[in-house]
Amino acid sequence: MNFLDFEKPISELTEQLEKAKQIGAKGKINTDKLVAELEQKIEEARETIYKSLTPWQKVQVSRHPDRPYSLDYINAITEGNFIELFGDRNVRDDKAMIGGMGLVDGKSIMFIGQQKGNNTKMRQYRNFGMPNPEGYRKALRLMKLAEKFGKPVVTFIDTPGAYPGLEAEERGQGEAIARNLFEMARLKVPVICFIIGEGASGGALGIGIGDKVIMLEFTWYSVISPESCSSILWRNWDNKEKAAEALKLTATDMLSLKLIDGILKEPVGGAHSHPEKMFHSVKSELMKQLNKLSSIPADELVNKRIEKFCSMGVYSE
Amino acid sequence: MSWFKRIKEGITTSTREKKETPEGLWYKCPGCKKIISSQEHADQMWVCPNCNYHERIGSEEYFQILFDDGKYTEINAGLTAGDPLKFVDTKKYIDRLKESQAKTGLKDSIRTAHGKVNGHKLMVAAMDFKFIGGSMGSVMGEKIARAIQCCIDKKMPLLLISKSGGARMMEAALSLMQMAKTSAMLTRLSDEKLPYISLLTDPTTGGVTASFAMLGDLNISEPGALIGFAGPRVVKETIGKDLPKGFQTAEFVLEKGFLDYIIDRRQLKANITRVLDFFKN
Repeated sequence: MNFLDFEKPISELTEQLEKAKQIGAKGKINTDKLVAELEQKIEEARETIYKSLTPWQKVQVSRHPDRPYSLDYINAITEGNFIELFGDRNVRDDKAMIGGMGLVDGKSIMFIGQQKGNNTKMRQYRNFGMPNPEGYRKALRLMKLAEKFGKPVVTFIDTPGAYPGLEAEERGQGEAIARNLFEMARLKVPVICFIIGEGASGGALGIGIGDKVIMLEFTWYSVISPESCSSILWRNWDNKEKAAEALKLTATDMLSLKLIDGILKEPVGGAHSHPEKMFHSVKSELMKQLNKLSSIPADELVNKRIEKFCSMGVYSE
Repeated sequence: MSWFKRIKEGITTSTREKKETPEGLWYKCPGCKKIISSQEHADQMWVCPNCNYHERIGSEEYFQILFDDGKYTEINAGLTAGDPLKFVDTKKYIDRLKESQAKTGLKDSIRTAHGKVNGHKLMVAAMDFKFIGGSMGSVMGEKIARAIQCCIDKKMPLLLISKSGGARMMEAALSLMQMAKTSAMLTRLSDEKLPYISLLTDPTTGGVTASFAMLGDLNISEPGALIGFAGPRVVKETIGKDLPKGFQTAEFVLEKGFLDYIIDRRQLKANITRVLDFFKN
C-alpha cells in the first residue's frame, strides 16, 4: 500500500492493524476485537480525510500509484472480452495510447485510453501515459473504424500531457491533436469520455470530445498542470497548491463551469481503495449514458455535440 | 600629457541641448542589425529588405496589407473577457486585462473583419501578439466561432492568421475548451465547402497549433516563423539536449510535411488572391 502525505493517520492505523493481526496470528492473545476496532477507525479516518480534500490533494489522489488505469477498467468492464488493437498504420504503435474492441453485456464498444504503467519499468514502457502523435493517430484510426461499423466510442482519459519531445514535434504533435478534435466533433457514433486520473491540457482533450464527458470524483482536468502553472507564474514549483486552487481544476469546479457533463462518485479513499466498486459504477454509468445516446439519430448527435462545445466560454459584449 | 588637455573650449554640451533622434524614426533589424528608416520598413511590409527578417505585426497591419484600399468591416469588435475563475497570480487577471487594453488600445488578442481582397470576399481573423502574448481565451474562441458562422452565412472563405503562445492560462479549462469549440465550428465550414486558409506566423505554439491553426485546407506560413506544439524551452528540458539548428521554424515544419508552403509577406496578397481564384474557378 502506498500512502499520500495527507493520509498519515490512515497509514499509522494500518501499521497498528498489521501488528495486531500478526500478534493474533501467533495465537497467544486474542486480538479480534482490536482488529475490528482498528478497521473501524481506519474507515472513519478515511471518511473524514476524503470528505474535505483540497484541490491539490485531489491532484495527488488522481496520480496515486495504486490507482486503476485504462486497461484495468476495460478488462473489468468487458470481463476480459476485449481485443486490443495496435498501431497507427503509419509510424508505429504508441504504448501510451491503447485501444480495442470490447463487448459489454452483449454490446460492442470501441475503447480508447491513455495508459500508464504500474511499476518503474512499465511506466517507462508506457512513456508515463504521455502519447506521441502516433498515439493520437492510432486513437483516430480506431474511432473511424468504430464509426464505419456504427459502434460507440468510449475513451478513458489519464495523461500528464501529450509528450513534448523532439520527435513528437517532428511528427506533428499539434496537427495530430488538432485532427482528433476536428474528427471527434463530427464522429457519427456516440462518444463517451471518462476522466479517470489526470486530464492535462491538449493531450487529454485529444481524445476528449464526447457527447458526455464525465469526471471521476478525485480527478483533475485543466489547460496545464498545477506544477507547470506555478513554474510559469511564480518561477518555481512551490506554489503548486495555490495554482491548483486558482486553476479550478476539480470535478466540482469543472461541472459548475459547465465544461463537463457529470461527476462519478469514487469509493471513500479513492478509486484505488475499492477498485471493484469503481469499475462497477463506471460500467453502469457507461451503459446508462449509452442507452440514452443510442436512440439519437447521428446527425442530431453531432449537432448537439458541436453546440455543446460551442457554448463553452465566458465573455461579455 | 597633452591629450588630457582640452584644446578647444566650450564643447561641454549640456544634456538638455543634445539633439536626440526622435523615437521610432529608425528600425534596426534584429536579424542582420542593418538600420533602415521606419518608413522604408513599413513600405516593405515590415520585412527587412536586406535579410528578409519578418518583423511581428498586428491585426491592423495585416488588414491594411490584405484588404483592397485598406477598407474592411470589423465584426464583434466589442467582445471582452470575463473573469469567471477570479484568477489571481502575481496580478489579478482582471487588472492584467485592463492594463493590456489600455496599453494596446485593443479589447483582446484577436480581431475579425471581412472585406474585399482583389475583388474576392474574404473573412480575415488576425491575432495581436502584444495583447497577453496573443493568448487564446474565451473571447478568441467566440470570435473565431462567430467569424466562421459569418463565413457560412455570407458564403465567404476564411483566412485565419495565428500569432499566439497558446491557451490563456488565466482562463484555465475555459481556454482549453476553445480548442474544441473552434475545431468543432470548422467542421461546419468544411461541410459548406468554404475554403479555410490558415496562416501561421511567428510565433504559433501550444493550443493554437493543436487546434485551428493546423486544420486549414491550406496551412501556410511566413519565413522563419516559430511553429510548434510544445515551446522550444520545454522540448529542450524534456530531451536534455540542445535543439538542432532551425528546429520548429517554418522551414523545418514545411520539411516535415505540415505546411503547404511558405510565403513572403510582400507576396501575401497576390498569393491569397491566386488561391481564392483556384477555389472559385
